[in-house]
Amino acid sequence: MTSQVVIQAIISGILMGLIYALIAAGLSLIFGLMEIVNFAHGDHLMVSMFSAFWFWMLFGIDPIYSIPLTILVMAVLGIATHYFIIRKILNSTMLVQICATFGLAVAIRALAQFFFTPDFRTIKNPIIQGKFEIAGIFIGQPQLYASLVCLIAFILLYLFVTKTETGTALQATAQDRQAAEILGIPSNKMFALGWAIGLSCVAVAGSMLSNFYYVFPDVGVNFSLFAFVAVALGGFGSITGSLIAGIIIGIVESVGGLLIDPSFKLLYVFAVYLFVVIARPQGIFGRY
Amino acid sequence: MSILLKVENLSRSFGGIHANSDISFDVKEGEILGVIGPNGAGKSTLFDLITGFTKSDRGQVILRDKNITNIRPDLICRMGVGRTFQKLKPFADQTLLENVIVGALVKEKNLKVARDKALEIIDFVDLIEKRHHYAKELSTGQRKRLELARALATDPKLLLMDEVTGGVDQRTIPGLVELVLKLKKNGITVVTIEHNMKIIMDISDRILALNQGKRIAFDIPKNISQNSQVIDAYLGKVDAA
Amino acid sequence: MINNFSAKLLEAKNEPLWYFNKNSLIIIGVVVLGLLLFPFTSPSKFAIHLMMMIFMHAVMAQSWNVLAGFSGQISLGHAIFFGIGAYASAYFYVKFQITPWIGILIGIGISGLIAMLIGIPILRLKGHYFAIATLLIGISFQVVFQRWPEVGSSSGLWIPINRESPWSSMQFHKSKVAYYYISLIFFIASFFLVWLLNRSKLGYRLRAIRDQSDAASSLGIHVSKYKIIAFIISAMIMAPMGSIYAQYVLIVDPNNAFNVDISILVLLISVMGGVGNIWGPIIGSAILIPISEFSRIYFGGTGHSIDLIVYGVLIIIICIFRPAGIVSLIPRSFREREKAK
Repeated sequence: MTSQVVIQAIISGILMGLIYALIAAGLSLIFGLMEIVNFAHGDHLMVSMFSAFWFWMLFGIDPIYSIPLTILVMAVLGIATHYFIIRKILNSTMLVQICATFGLAVAIRALAQFFFTPDFRTIKNPIIQGKFEIAGIFIGQPQLYASLVCLIAFILLYLFVTKTETGTALQATAQDRQAAEILGIPSNKMFALGWAIGLSCVAVAGSMLSNFYYVFPDVGVNFSLFAFVAVALGGFGSITGSLIAGIIIGIVESVGGLLIDPSFKLLYVFAVYLFVVIARPQGIFGRY
Repeated sequence: MSILLKVENLSRSFGGIHANSDISFDVKEGEILGVIGPNGAGKSTLFDLITGFTKSDRGQVILRDKNITNIRPDLICRMGVGRTFQKLKPFADQTLLENVIVGALVKEKNLKVARDKALEIIDFVDLIEKRHHYAKELSTGQRKRLELARALATDPKLLLMDEVTGGVDQRTIPGLVELVLKLKKNGITVVTIEHNMKIIMDISDRILALNQGKRIAFDIPKNISQNSQVIDAYLGKVDAA
Repeated sequence: MINNFSAKLLEAKNEPLWYFNKNSLIIIGVVVLGLLLFPFTSPSKFAIHLMMMIFMHAVMAQSWNVLAGFSGQISLGHAIFFGIGAYASAYFYVKFQITPWIGILIGIGISGLIAMLIGIPILRLKGHYFAIATLLIGISFQVVFQRWPEVGSSSGLWIPINRESPWSSMQFHKSKVAYYYISLIFFIASFFLVWLLNRSKLGYRLRAIRDQSDAASSLGIHVSKYKIIAFIISAMIMAPMGSIYAQYVLIVDPNNAFNVDISILVLLISVMGGVGNIWGPIIGSAILIPISEFSRIYFGGTGHSIDLIVYGVLIIIICIFRPAGIVSLIPRSFREREKAK
């Protein structure tokens, strides 16, 4: 076990962590706005990955170029989800809200299995492929670019939410829906926007993941769980929190897999969840 | 009269806000103690600290001779302290009777006996006819009585009531006040937070005045009404007494 | 004035503590009798299988319902206890030849214990956090059992076939009727248990916690203790179903024992039937299980995905339009209206 191997693991962890961070940011945004946990978040990621795959398979468009298209697809899906489902359960009990998005997760996954079959798909010869080597550390190009793109998307998201007028309106709605309404901010539209943005994050992450990850109907499950942990760790509703938490989880997964046993990666992440949620329920930056 | 509750230097801060700073007072057995103060003075926090819903940073709460500081709320209830909440928390989908039975189960082991006791308490608060109505069907005034009945069913020696007359229409108020006096007649010590000055001056044996987390006065009503600090805090808010 | 009130009070005290609707009792009696005699009407193998599945899933849903309907916690990983029950009885039979009848009891015990151990840290979590934790635990169990050689890792445990002594090995190869009666007995027992729970002091306390846990606390109820009790009871109701299932299919592996589909189905049945109501799981099971079994026949392999699509969509539809479940469609019975007068 050389230090080089450990550094390799840490770097891989950080890279993967940035992707987790973007996924978690989407989840956190939605929760911050309307206090609804999107249990289907990982499956939405899966849909993005398939979207990237099919754009490549049917039209030969490389995942990098299909990002805008996938964003469009997912944004529409997000708005539709809000309009047809979420809108109707905003005032229901927590049981109903949890079950509704859980049901959505089940349905999306099963639909994918039915239409796409459980086969594992890969995108062959994407534009981005191959490896770098720096001082004995190997970094896959897809992983590196995926993290960079996700980081950029994350920064754009952050700037949007904090610096733009719409972003401020979103924040207002998140903090106090009624007060925002009185000020003329239509919460329904804000919520729909939240879903659109939240799923756009997932669209970017999914597109970049399809470069090097197997695409199959159940792929979203683990990402869902990691996203939940990241949001709990970073604090529900905090975008900055998602970044730090995502990276932490990436590192825990990678280094844990290296030092202990790769097959129990989920358990390490789960241990992190338990620890956070019991010791500091509001997470690092949370206000919940 | 002996002292039932003693609060010494009770303090609690939330971030930078000092909700309660060094609050000290005592409650004599059998008396009605009124707690007044403008919004945000820390009255409900005080109740939460006494009944274990919030942990104190400093200070002690002593019931008779037992130190009950920072003990779990359910244990404090079992020791004889009952409370109602400012924001009512009835069991909405259960009937009035079912609500009160929950309280009665603290002291009664047998369900039927608990039920009978609950009925007696419901009778005490004059709601016997509504016993099978769901809590969500009751009016605000009736829900206040429900909370009171529920807390009474636990056989408290000390009852902390958070704003009995808040949000209730004028006609219902005298009935509620009568109820509080009835409690005193039945030997229950009452500490009540109230915004209605006339009522609190009328029924309290002593008054504790809070402002911005600090105690500014603790005296009989006559002296409180002439206390300059209290008048300052309430400038413009005092009803014609 | 005083006399008036005393009279009303006396009248109130003379009311029975619980109302028994004679009509309901008669109907229940008839139905139970019918179920007991059902195998004598020479039903097909499939019919017996179907009834068994309905009974078992109703019990599993009652288990979920005790947790959700009584203490308000939503579990998305309830399959854990099913799996523990299945593995417990299978393991002790395979390794130590202990009869599954005892195995069921062992499974119940272990489930209760695990429920307590898991419950202590996670039951203090609110709503979403708890639900997520149950999801994580559910998958963790699957992961752990997949890599645990003692219980067969991914291949699981294969229960050796025993044709000589069907009763001590709980394996009935000539006909399924014995399985039918076993599951029927648990079905009736679980109904009775929940019925008792409803009418007990524990039931009152749990309902209080479900509705307003702060108020419950101020009324002398130790919230975390009772939530754990509810969790343990829920686990102990679920476990025997795993054990019986193990004896029915004679193989227990991480995929069929800890399958997330079980958790999904149990949730759906409870929500569809009506959470917090003793009839909910029965109604939900009676409707959903036939659908699931028939689709398995007609759609074969892909039927599984279709099943899940239907489940997912159904959950969403119920959540939007009828969150109180089918039970809420049944008009309040006569005695309820009497009480409310």
